[in-house]
Amino acid sequence: MSAPLLPALRPKVELLSRPFIEQVIDEAIVLLGVHGVLVENEDALALLRDAGQDVEASRGRVFIKRELVEQCLRTAPSSVTLYDRQGRESRFVGGDEVHFDPGSAAVTILDSEGAKIRRPETADLVRFVRLTDALPHLHFQSTGLVSGDVPEAVADVYRLYIGLLHSTKPVVTGTFRVESFAPMRDMLAAVRGGEKALAEKPLAIFDACPSPPLKWSRLTCQSLLDCSRAMIPSELISMGMTGATSPVTLAGTLVQHTAENLAGLVICQLARPGAPVIFGGSPSSFDMRKGTTPMGAMETMMIDMSYAQVAKRLRLPTHAYMGLSDAKVNDSQAGLETGLGAVLAALAGINVVSGAGMMNFESCQSLEKLAIDDEICGMAYRLLRGVAHREDPMAVPLYEAVASDTNFLSHPHTRKWYRQEHSFPSLADRDTYDAWVDLGKKTMADRAADRVKRILKEHQPALLPDDGLRALRDIMTRAGRKQGLMSLPLDRRAEK
Amino acid sequence: MERDELLSKMTDAVINGLASEAQTLARRGISLGLEPTDIIDRGFVPGIRRAGELWETGDYFLPELVSSAEAMKAAMAVLQPELEKSGARKENRSRPRVVIGTVEGDIHDIGKNLVAALLAANGFEVHDLGANVNPERFLDKALEVGADFIGLSALLTTTMLGQRRFLEKLSEEGHRGRFKILVGGAPVTGQWASDIGADGYAENAVAAVSLCRKLMGERT
Repeated sequence: MSAPLLPALRPKVELLSRPFIEQVIDEAIVLLGVHGVLVENEDALALLRDAGQDVEASRGRVFIKRELVEQCLRTAPSSVTLYDRQGRESRFVGGDEVHFDPGSAAVTILDSEGAKIRRPETADLVRFVRLTDALPHLHFQSTGLVSGDVPEAVADVYRLYIGLLHSTKPVVTGTFRVESFAPMRDMLAAVRGGEKALAEKPLAIFDACPSPPLKWSRLTCQSLLDCSRAMIPSELISMGMTGATSPVTLAGTLVQHTAENLAGLVICQLARPGAPVIFGGSPSSFDMRKGTTPMGAMETMMIDMSYAQVAKRLRLPTHAYMGLSDAKVNDSQAGLETGLGAVLAALAGINVVSGAGMMNFESCQSLEKLAIDDEICGMAYRLLRGVAHREDPMAVPLYEAVASDTNFLSHPHTRKWYRQEHSFPSLADRDTYDAWVDLGKKTMADRAADRVKRILKEHQPALLPDDGLRALRDIMTRAGRKQGLMSLPLDRRAEK
Repeated sequence: MERDELLSKMTDAVINGLASEAQTLARRGISLGLEPTDIIDRGFVPGIRRAGELWETGDYFLPELVSSAEAMKAAMAVLQPELEKSGARKENRSRPRVVIGTVEGDIHDIGKNLVAALLAANGFEVHDLGANVNPERFLDKALEVGADFIGLSALLTTTMLGQRRFLEKLSEEGHRGRFKILVGGAPVTGQWASDIGADGYAENAVAAVSLCRKLMGERT
């Protein structure tokens, strides 16, 4: 008689005790009530005023009362489910689910030769999106590159356009300009079949960053309001830098982070109660020597993991910029920082983990790194599946069958389980030394470059239906013309 | 003796980044009848120079360096009016002048603040216009103070456009040759700087100081 199988424990790491979390939340709410938050958006100020909050008219400072924060926390959903472009496959963003996506809005790309960085162009965006579409451990795509061959004023709309054309994965995106929201929403709605369908089955998350300390700008407020009204999930990206734009202690930065995100959540819920909000962030440990914001610092990751705990206590979905590096090329530092970040994010149960492919302080994307990072994400997922109780008893009977030569290799049990128990890397080197020499002494980055080339040659993303394609192009063309872009780069190339 | 001790206390106040102490000492120097130029050159400047050296050797990090710059600024707030009273400042062009700010539509100023603090700490005369500064204010201030440099900061890919607009405005109004234009901020690259015809770009505050020095032909 075999006993019931024991459940696998979900591996988990927590940095804060319950009383610590409670104090962070309490101080954040006190901060909003006593010090207030700057809101540079008339529409948002009007909503706050109507909700009975004290507004210091001259400066736009709002003192948010505890009751309103608590009321808004009650209406904000604890999860949101995203759907792919076809509306079929769904991804639950909540609980301890983990979804990796590429780091967003890089202004440079590391050349395939790995030698220099340059401004990305349309062809790079297309390659980036198609690669993301193919990589199995990236559940979402992101508008990860800012294209240099379209006017800056329409670059936000354009990167979403390329993303929707070349991948079916849900998108993490955001606006650079207030005017860009309408065409971006229209594209998403066109692909989904209307705004109502889009609200029911969200296809995109919009990032909105407050300006530390304690400020929501006109642009980012507007993004919150627009998204809420369309029931598009807003991802709140508070980004204090310890000792520069937020307190130097990790705990102090956590308080500010929580306060800024709660203020954003209040604005979202006032615009439309029940609108989905993801408690995210991109804070960093500020390097007091270099004046830089290392995303690969252990302290940065500790702040991320801690605010995720705060968000979970508030029953909100979570996001963080983790699994990225400040290295300038695909070297040991790139793998080290990305590996630590991805695994820690997974152990912290962060729902949306943005960062894959990213280097140089969130400013540079690398296709080769994206491929390497996908493998790292795969390892993190393996870790999360934990140690399984496959059979009962676990091992004793196996020894009877193999008693003569204890050869497990030919045992049926091995063949039955090895693929589920073990993973096989595409890129990590497991060759013998001689085999590695015979294959050309390639580094991880070399092998990644080979894999990228192969994927881009072979992978064919699912195409949009013709009417969807046409609608998308019309919206993009109109938005482009307003900014002096008379024909789209892809069309120009096709004409040549 | 008392006078030398006072001057050395001024130096220490800047090295240790004590703003209110520096201000008190500056006032005491004036009330004792010391020349403002002496107070600056023999009291406070050695302090900021020493802070710079401590930074160079890696003993000082940004918090110490910025505190020293703040102490220097506090002392200068007391001494500047005295200098103007004595008229000693008029032909004194030894300190290069920088007008700096974050461009219109952009409220991020941490990077710009660091650059301003480090330039001041390294002996530049810094006119910080703050954040969300429109092109007219940049130009008016630069003309008013006879700036050598104008520093334009931007954190967002969109507000970065303000840097190009400012350069266009300068050329249109025939002022381009008067100033060295420096651009900086997270999305800004050397390529962007040369695309828009700026004179220089620095990746961080420390690099910004070296860049200014280089462009001044090591005049500082």
